[in-house]
Amino acid sequence: MYVAVKGGEAAIDHSVRLVAEARRGDAAVPELTLEQIRQQLRLSVDRVMTEGSVYDPDLAALAIKQAAGDLVEAIFLLRAFRATLPRLGYTLPLDTAEMRLQRRISAIFKDLPGGQVLGPTYDYTQRLLDFSLEGKSGSEPDFPCEGKSGSDPDFPPVLELLDQEGLIERHAPQEGDPAPGDLTREPLSFPAARATRLQNLARGDEGFLLAMGYSTQRGYSHSHPFAGEIRYGMVEVELVPEELGFPVVIGEIALTECQMVNQFAGSKTEPPQFTRGYGLAFGHCERKAMAMSLVDRALRADELDERIESPAQMQEFVLSHSDSLEASGFVQHLKLPHYVDFQAELELVRKMR
Amino acid sequence: MTPLLSVAGLRKSYGERLAVAEVSFDLWPGEVLAVVGESGSGKTTLLNCVSARARPDAGTVRFLTRHEGQRELFDLSEAERRLLARTDWGFVHQNPAEGLRMNVSAGANVGERLMALGERHYGRIRTEAADWLARVEMDAARIDESPQTFSGGMRQRLQIARNLVTRPRLVFMDEPTSGLDVSVQARLLDLLRNLTRNLGLAAIVVTHDLAVARLLAHRMLVMKDGRAVECGLTDQVLDDPQHPYSQLLVSSVLQP
Amino acid sequence: MRDSRYSFAYLDERTKRMIRRAILKAVAIPGYQVPFGSREMPLPYGWGTGGIQVTAAILGPQDVLKVIDQGADDTVNAVNIRRFFERTAGVATTERTRDATIVQTRHRIPETPLSERQIIVYQVPVPEPLQRLEPREAETRRMHGLAEYGLMHVKLYEDIARYGHVSTTYDYPVLVNGRYVMAPSPIPKFDNPKMHMNPALQLFGAGREKRIYAVPPWTPVESLAFEDHPFEVQRWSRPCALCAATDSFLDEVVTDDRGGRMFVCSDTDYCGGRRERKAAA
Repeated sequence: MYVAVKGGEAAIDHSVRLVAEARRGDAAVPELTLEQIRQQLRLSVDRVMTEGSVYDPDLAALAIKQAAGDLVEAIFLLRAFRATLPRLGYTLPLDTAEMRLQRRISAIFKDLPGGQVLGPTYDYTQRLLDFSLEGKSGSEPDFPCEGKSGSDPDFPPVLELLDQEGLIERHAPQEGDPAPGDLTREPLSFPAARATRLQNLARGDEGFLLAMGYSTQRGYSHSHPFAGEIRYGMVEVELVPEELGFPVVIGEIALTECQMVNQFAGSKTEPPQFTRGYGLAFGHCERKAMAMSLVDRALRADELDERIESPAQMQEFVLSHSDSLEASGFVQHLKLPHYVDFQAELELVRKMR
Repeated sequence: MTPLLSVAGLRKSYGERLAVAEVSFDLWPGEVLAVVGESGSGKTTLLNCVSARARPDAGTVRFLTRHEGQRELFDLSEAERRLLARTDWGFVHQNPAEGLRMNVSAGANVGERLMALGERHYGRIRTEAADWLARVEMDAARIDESPQTFSGGMRQRLQIARNLVTRPRLVFMDEPTSGLDVSVQARLLDLLRNLTRNLGLAAIVVTHDLAVARLLAHRMLVMKDGRAVECGLTDQVLDDPQHPYSQLLVSSVLQP
Repeated sequence: MRDSRYSFAYLDERTKRMIRRAILKAVAIPGYQVPFGSREMPLPYGWGTGGIQVTAAILGPQDVLKVIDQGADDTVNAVNIRRFFERTAGVATTERTRDATIVQTRHRIPETPLSERQIIVYQVPVPEPLQRLEPREAETRRMHGLAEYGLMHVKLYEDIARYGHVSTTYDYPVLVNGRYVMAPSPIPKFDNPKMHMNPALQLFGAGREKRIYAVPPWTPVESLAFEDHPFEVQRWSRPCALCAATDSFLDEVVTDDRGGRMFVCSDTDYCGGRRERKAAA
């Protein structure tokens, strides 16, 4: 005799207990500390902060621990937490020219003032699994914390060198230029201004942006990009408290900035010149910053009168699908019961046969 | 009597390039006007401006609406212009795929305007669609097929039917027969001539082909470098062109 | 007992104010999709965050909340959401439609008719009824603004031409107050007639797509159709195997691997209530 299914609450309680146990794993193995995650999984922390839209390495580490290493889940935790935080104020725009550099490279000049500072990166390693990491490593690495300052006249921003010849587009905001909207407060609407697009891309899923950026390189776009400059280092954050009326440095954050340079053939109002694609991320996220800069440039097709032929150039396509929370939520919502709608479909298919 | 369409002093530039300069003409109900010229003459730009698809830099375009007298097109709201485009006007694109919904059936393509205007009886929509397919000499049995399966000539007939179903008083055509086989062109031109005569349609037909002008149009406007160099009855312009450029155009056409 | 570390119903007052403004605008323009600054919630986008935000914005300490998914109170999503409000608002909850002041629902309208003192909040995955036909939001916005709905009817026409009937069985588009075409959320078309002239306030929340819309009480809601192919609801040849109802939406339950099937009410409260009354009689 069929009895209507009950016991959902009990099943959920059990599932929650199971996942907590699974997260902890074997109790005989030492528990991960947040400090370990911060220090030794720093690139995970950086990604979670970037897409979580909060610069707080400890919170990001906590989210990673709670999510058992699932970074998209950790990003979700951080975003949900962020949504509860009160907004105290807005910082002044960050001056990345003043960055205390740990790494700075440019692909467009063989040599340049300040030179190519390679810094900490896997780029020049061979990807051979290092089995010496299986045990505890013996020596303490001698890692220099002080980078050279970007405001040192030895490190002028590379694109300013192009600017001296007037070869690169300038983007000084006009008089009365409106403040950028805030995507965390207002919904996205199309067409979106560049500032809004950049916000969306900064929070966007790295994998998605990587694929979109990649597609622009594989013949789905017109212009060949060059890495004008990639910088990684610490930047000061300043705020102007109402009571004081002058800026106060409240701390510094690690940033990765990428400026891509593309050729532009000119339009009825502009001469031929180089155009920019821009990418920015918290911490050390070069892949993200570079992908973002490629997509940023592709999305400027409208503004630069270029023919729109590929998905990466289509605002609605890129910006509507870049958010990992939206994408993951909706894809995974298919796991929720859909039997009522399926019932309706069943009836229809039976009828049609 | 008021002209159906009154164009005065139309001018449009793209950056430095002057595409249309000081063009004026009147179009009367039931009259077919051919706008003839080589590529780059500005004829397509002119068509786009008078059909409100592009905004001219100067000049006026006045249309005699059904209920509100003569109205300046660019004073109308976007909603009013869109309504006009769906009811009292037709626009036949050179490439029929641009004027059709390629992923719905022929019947839906023809019936769409009716549905947009509030027709809610499936049977009537279908009957009307079948009727129009017959009028453009298509096999009404193909009403449920997608235009993907149609030849170029058939797609063009379908596009015409889709436009005419609301009995527009003015139809714009942009090279309606170019890109089709010569024999298909001839049959389509015959169809267009019969339809415009029987339905009393006014039309502006852009074409580089003088034969199209000869067959369809009462009057002809010859364009060169954005200017209208000659305008007159088709037969007169073709048989006795006055302007040197018209003469060149006419004489360079090989007679079959 | 409410967890006092959070605001009442989780959202801060500023966010609630923003959502309430959107709701007011939605009620003033029946069927029109109002964009709103949807927040990340502790449940994923796509799992009811829109409905949750609407409920959180209108919930008060005296409210009695019912949460259902697929018509049942005990499905995992409904349990999760009900717990969320128990924890953050401490409100009374119920499984009885009659006793609720707010019903949050996913994919069904309760069989028990609602009253003027009730509000029903629908969880909406895709608020744009034209999205399948025209994915560009800039274009659909214009179509709604100009009431250009020809494309919607083209879709219905195509179905009839191809299958002899409309092939949409859930999230069946409706015309609200004679003006806006609206997506009613993936309720089965069986439920569409309940939306027409309903005495309750109907609110719709789409968190991921960031839209809120509404049907005020006593508003005409008409399912799109042709005169000669009128809108029809689903019917079953048998009554509910548990309570013998012939007027409710039935779920098909597989009972064995030899094709054994039985049909039971999807609305567990309705079914349970009927069985109670029968047993008492």
